[in-house]
Amino acid sequence: MSANADTKKKFRSKSRKERTTRILIYIFLTLLCLIWLIPFFYLVFQAFRGESRSMVTYVFPKEWSLENFRILFKETNFLNWYFNTLIVALFNAVLQTVIVLSVAYALSRMRFKGRKLLMNLMLILGMFPGFLSMIATYFILKLIGLTSENAIPGLILVYAASSGMGYYIAKGFFDTIPKSLDEAARIDGATRSRVFFRIIMPMSKPIIIYTIMMAFIAPWGDFMYASLITFGHEEAYNVAVGLYKWLDKEHINSYFTVFCAGGLFVSVPVTALFMALQRYYVEGVTGGAVKG
Amino acid sequence: MKQMAELDYLGLPPFKRRLHDIGRFFVSLPGRLLDLLKKIPLGLKKVLFGIGGFFANIGRIFKEGDLKTRVSFVIMGFGQFFRRQIGRGIIFLLMEAVFIYYMAGFGLHYLADMTTLGTEAVTKTVNKYGLEVVAYKDNSLKILLYGVLTIFIIVGFIWTWVINIKQNALAQKLIAEGIKPKSFKHDIKSLGDEQYYKTLLSVPLLGIVIFTVIPIFFMILIAFTNYDYSHLPPEKLFGWVEFENFRTMLATDISGSSKFAFTFREILIWTMIWALVATFSNYFLGMFIAICINKKGIKFKKVFRTVLVMTIAVPQFVSLLLVSKMFADEGIVNSLLQKLSVITEKIGFLSTPELAKIMVLVINLWVGIPYLMLITTGVLMNIPADLYESAKIDGASGIKQFTKITLPYMLFVTGPYLLTSFTANINNFNVIYLLTGGAPKTMAYEGGAGQTDLLITWLYTLTMQNNDYKMAAVIGILVFLVVAVISLIVYNLSPSMKNEEDFQ
Repeated sequence: MSANADTKKKFRSKSRKERTTRILIYIFLTLLCLIWLIPFFYLVFQAFRGESRSMVTYVFPKEWSLENFRILFKETNFLNWYFNTLIVALFNAVLQTVIVLSVAYALSRMRFKGRKLLMNLMLILGMFPGFLSMIATYFILKLIGLTSENAIPGLILVYAASSGMGYYIAKGFFDTIPKSLDEAARIDGATRSRVFFRIIMPMSKPIIIYTIMMAFIAPWGDFMYASLITFGHEEAYNVAVGLYKWLDKEHINSYFTVFCAGGLFVSVPVTALFMALQRYYVEGVTGGAVKG
Repeated sequence: MKQMAELDYLGLPPFKRRLHDIGRFFVSLPGRLLDLLKKIPLGLKKVLFGIGGFFANIGRIFKEGDLKTRVSFVIMGFGQFFRRQIGRGIIFLLMEAVFIYYMAGFGLHYLADMTTLGTEAVTKTVNKYGLEVVAYKDNSLKILLYGVLTIFIIVGFIWTWVINIKQNALAQKLIAEGIKPKSFKHDIKSLGDEQYYKTLLSVPLLGIVIFTVIPIFFMILIAFTNYDYSHLPPEKLFGWVEFENFRTMLATDISGSSKFAFTFREILIWTMIWALVATFSNYFLGMFIAICINKKGIKFKKVFRTVLVMTIAVPQFVSLLLVSKMFADEGIVNSLLQKLSVITEKIGFLSTPELAKIMVLVINLWVGIPYLMLITTGVLMNIPADLYESAKIDGASGIKQFTKITLPYMLFVTGPYLLTSFTANINNFNVIYLLTGGAPKTMAYEGGAGQTDLLITWLYTLTMQNNDYKMAAVIGILVFLVVAVISLIVYNLSPSMKNEEDFQ
């Protein structure tokens, strides 16, 4: 009897201990979520603030208004930048997906002379900082007249041209599809291209969606390349380069809240798209991380 | 952990086998490092023999070739014409014609100029009205660019030439054996079948050559010139200076000042510290948070996860620029702290050197933890549950379970990811540039560098603000060397890179 009570007591103390850890974890995670959300709330409050367009010493706006958005659309080049980025993103989503899937399929399913060498070369090329080759690419684009006012086709070309080196995640996905499927179809007389379109593609929906999504979202966040290629021509800026300028010393006092409004206007659709397709993103990054 | 006999090993239950593998991996690390060092001379030998074999092969083809094959050494496609491969013949002949036309009209001229990069930038002449006319003549930039392009075209041509010769040899052999060489129609068809990889890879590879390989080659050459703000074409010329820029970057410049070398050393050290701390702090804290969220009995898993994932979704230039303004001297954090009388003087979160370095690392946690949370969640779910069950029965505590099961498993599986994220952090432009822009600046540094600058952001500043292309190119090459050496070591040590076909 006493032994029984003892185990009961032990059990109870254990469950109490577990409950305290659970509560601690809840507190920790809630705090964490707060920290993670603060900047976004701050962004919303600033975007809708009616008074003073500079940085102020309080968080909550005294007067809520849509004035910042009116300025954004009517008095600045923002819509220009927005459509530039949208066009680049749309083209990039198509071109980059075609290129990445082609390269990944060829390297994953086919065996040919020089395949290993090719993969090693691409690996080595990837070790050079991207901006280094961008400097020379800028000169090349300038020679064929695709910088400054013609920066949009230039940017599309640059993003798409180098995207072949980012085949790793898609290849990792193709690697997991059993080869016996290809072989069975080949015995039945299907050509390689038929296997690609009729068998592998229909099975690869997650990776196709992942690739399209990443290719569409990337141009919205690119500052480094866009700032170089659009250098000195405001109409051709993308949103990142355009909004960045509003936070320098000359502009911040009259543009801070407008920047927040612009940031919000860019973030909402991109974030919504991302959240809607979250599942594919998670599959992509976890698969990619595990298989290298 | 000792190596087991094969039979004992196979007799183990699968999860113990896995643990044994992981243990062996860590034990064998030093040995692998030695093997790697031994491999380098062997690799070199292989390359040299490969080149020797290649020339011997070409020589043999010429010796054993019939007239058609031998003429094809000079007139490409000749053999193909007379072996009823008209389509191939036309393509080869056309390529040769275009190549000769390009070289004669354009290429040779630029190739010759490559040696000096131009001798006269502008010419001044007096026209018939007695006015001085200034015209641009040699443009070093264009000469170098077209020169590099010509070199690549020559390499490409030699490659087609070799293919042409090999095709001839093959066709000759086939005919001698009484087999008909394949028709052009068959060639086209096979591009959708056995040779489908050529169709798939041609456009992407062309893009990579033009927009990555040629630019990198070009920039490597720029590192050996004096191309900077005082040598900007078309008004001025620039020329070759051999290793002078590397000397400036690593030791002293012409005037004997070692300020550039000092700046480089300091920034390199900070870049390494940054990459190391950023990678591992994100890794362990991300893993910790993933474990918290995935713990049995915790509810709202999806809510917690979604909130964290939002930082990935919002474009970094919005979130990071905003955070940088929140922590600015006049920013909201300082204002609120003053209002709450926590502080009297403003804190220079991003404007005092030491604090700024800590702050970028902390804010980087905010950016990076969500990724790690996602990745580790995926891996954690794959750890066989029976491992924990048996550990519990054996009386292992929570911490012991973590250090003996979770951590080794995680490190083993995510090893390659750790490497990629380490190298990605070396080149992490966004976080640093959008948060501080490299500031606080200091007079002790050369080339507009600041205390939180990484090599990549310094490279950016040197290009965009200082037009100091030569030093930017040198930094780019040095970054490559650092990344390449680290990757080479880790790739050769990591086991998970080698089993590419495991899944198929």
